Amino acid sequence: MKIAVCVKQVPDTWAEKALKAADSTLDRDAADGVMNELDEYAVEEALKLTEAHGGEVVVVTMGPERAGETVRKALSMGADSGVHLVDETLHGSDALATSYALAEVLKDRGFDLVMFGSESTDARMSVVPAMVAERLGIAQLTFAQKVEVSGPTVTIQRATETGYDTVEAQTPAVVSVVEKINEPRYPSFKGIMAAKKKPVETLSVSDAGLDAARLGLSAAWSQVEDFAARPPKAAGTIVVDEGDGGAKLAGFLAEQKFI
Amino acid sequence: MGRLAQTEGLTDDQRDILAAVREFVDNEIIPVATDLEHKDEYPQAIVDGLKEMGVFGLMIPEEYGGLGESLLTYALVVEEIARGWMSVSGVINTHFIVAYMLMQHGTEEQKQNYLPRMATGEVRGAFSMSEPGCGSDVAAITSKAVRDGDDYVLNGQKMWLTNGGSSTLVAVLVLTPGEVAEGSSVYKTMTTFLIEKPEGFGEVRPGLTIPGKIDKMGYKGVDTTELVMDGLRLSAADVLGGEPGKGFYQMMDGVEVGRVNVAARACGLAQRAFELGVEYAQQRVTFGKPIAEHQAVSFRLADMATKVEAAHQMMIMAARKKDSGERNDLEAGMAKYLASEYCRDVVEDSFRIHGGYGYSKEYEIERLYREAPMLLIGEGTADIQRMIIARRLLEDYKSRG
Ligand SMILES: Cc1cc2nc3c(=O)[nH]c(=O)nc-3n(C[C@H](O)[C@H](O)[C@H](O)COP(=O)(O)OP(=O)(O)OC[C@H]3O[C@@H](n4cnc5c(N)ncnc54)[C@H](O)[C@@H]3O)c2cc1C
Repeated sequence: MKIAVCVKQVPDTWAEKALKAADSTLDRDAADGVMNELDEYAVEEALKLTEAHGGEVVVVTMGPERAGETVRKALSMGADSGVHLVDETLHGSDALATSYALAEVLKDRGFDLVMFGSESTDARMSVVPAMVAERLGIAQLTFAQKVEVSGPTVTIQRATETGYDTVEAQTPAVVSVVEKINEPRYPSFKGIMAAKKKPVETLSVSDAGLDAARLGLSAAWSQVEDFAARPPKAAGTIVVDEGDGGAKLAGFLAEQKFI
Repeated sequence: MGRLAQTEGLTDDQRDILAAVREFVDNEIIPVATDLEHKDEYPQAIVDGLKEMGVFGLMIPEEYGGLGESLLTYALVVEEIARGWMSVSGVINTHFIVAYMLMQHGTEEQKQNYLPRMATGEVRGAFSMSEPGCGSDVAAITSKAVRDGDDYVLNGQKMWLTNGGSSTLVAVLVLTPGEVAEGSSVYKTMTTFLIEKPEGFGEVRPGLTIPGKIDKMGYKGVDTTELVMDGLRLSAADVLGGEPGKGFYQMMDGVEVGRVNVAARACGLAQRAFELGVEYAQQRVTFGKPIAEHQAVSFRLADMATKVEAAHQMMIMAARKKDSGERNDLEAGMAKYLASEYCRDVVEDSFRIHGGYGYSKEYEIERLYREAPMLLIGEGTADIQRMIIARRLLEDYKSRG
């Protein structure tokens, strides 16, 4: 079984995130980069599947030079090889452009499964897996909390608000995972050292045969016109109960349109 | 992340190893440490995680299944782990010392026998010099091995074995007076034996009893025990290096790398105390402003950070010196001395910043406050370090007058 896992480098979860004044895009240099947390679950699940069924895991990332660290992290967890799409032209790409670029890189490589974390902690759109599936013309099994493979059939439990749906498709298919699915492993020291020797293919936009006009900030379907810093936290309101505490609380909540 | 205690000139491998350990510490150790410590519970899940990661084989050569990393890498890993919980670094410390003694002084057969199993963490080491009647004055030990045909019979009582119960291999120092010429120096009358044993307490093998855990002020979770030998029969093949009379020097060699290790622990503990203090100082408001804005508190923070940084750089220097193949007893002694004293200071300052809450078991600093003093004692007390430092200085700066 050949599995691709798409991973993204995002600013460290706890870091203060900022936009750049020049083009209103996320300032990726302002914070340490880490692998998007849900992507670690996708890598773990892919490794488990190949450990059980044989095969190989290829990590795919689109991102600046520094995103190579995230590829290496996945390789140190046990993935076999990496593909890194890196190009200035990609800067500021929206979800449509990202899905276009990823789909082009993924197609014709013979993957049985293409796995994703179900959202990234920076953009939080949760649409790229579905878009990639659509562009590749293959089934999408999203928000998986459990994945089983039997021959050409993939069955997942799709997490819902009230429980789960069982969804099934034939490979090739896209699977996105939620964090309930597993406990990602830590890279072992041997894995860390072995990662340096694993092949990583670096592609530019032209290497990947992509149309530059469909990529980057200028091609984005939405534009950020302006942004402002979040106002500092104001002091809270203290309700003193003088027999009418309940009414006062309700009044406050109504005023804030909570009730 | 702040910029304190950085290390210049690391390789990619070292950086990645440290990042992996830090992530493990933040996610798997810090959230549970205080609770486990209060219950004095052995951190089995954490030890298993570190085993899988490969921590136990970090410095063991590749030919014996380890990673062959340097003392520096090892010390930096220990620093990260101690930042999470000192007791966890204690689990690895004695293992590392025994593996190091085997690497340096073991016979090929002993290395083949133990190192591959130590690299995976299947065999875990403890070492034992101290006795009820002596710690600093190692030469005052009274435990004895007497030859009986091809065997040795050991009798005596040992004290303060870190990992005494959970380890399966103990390097123990005893007298072997019958093996050396009459009138030899006492230092040449000591021999290190390797004792393999099952985990646990009670009479774990005929003639060998691990009575139980010593109840300690801090450094809980990891077991510290006595060890009683009563007619324990070992073979001549169990003598470290195969030759009696070298035990003292072998142990001192082990303790010397152990000192860098204790310095690294002190650095990790101090870093955590600083992190807790600097965070709390920005949250707690008195007289209308966060206490960090009162000069007395900000000066405390400045002192703490300066000590954290100085101790870290000193520890790195001592580790690099050893890695370069040079003698590092002076640097190791200085690093251990400085880092453990500074650690105590930084923890104390952080404790004070916490006000009354620092005295509550709900706050992590309460645990650190009980842990820091151990570093002033273990692997040679501060006064013993000063003796070593001074002795070496008087050699180097010997008066020509
Ligand atoms: C939690 C814990 C874990 C330990 N783990 C181990 C272990 O795994 N293996 C092991 O072998 N040991 C271990 N030890 C023992 C430790 O190494 C000794 O406690 C330490 O060396 C001090 O020895 P002592 O307790 O006998 O104190 P003593 O040697 O009796 O010293 C008492 C005091 O006298 C001072 N002093 C002694 N001699 C001199 C001198 N010549 N000049 C000036 N001052 C002096 C000391 O600095 C100290 O202040 C452990 C101890 C503790 C507390």
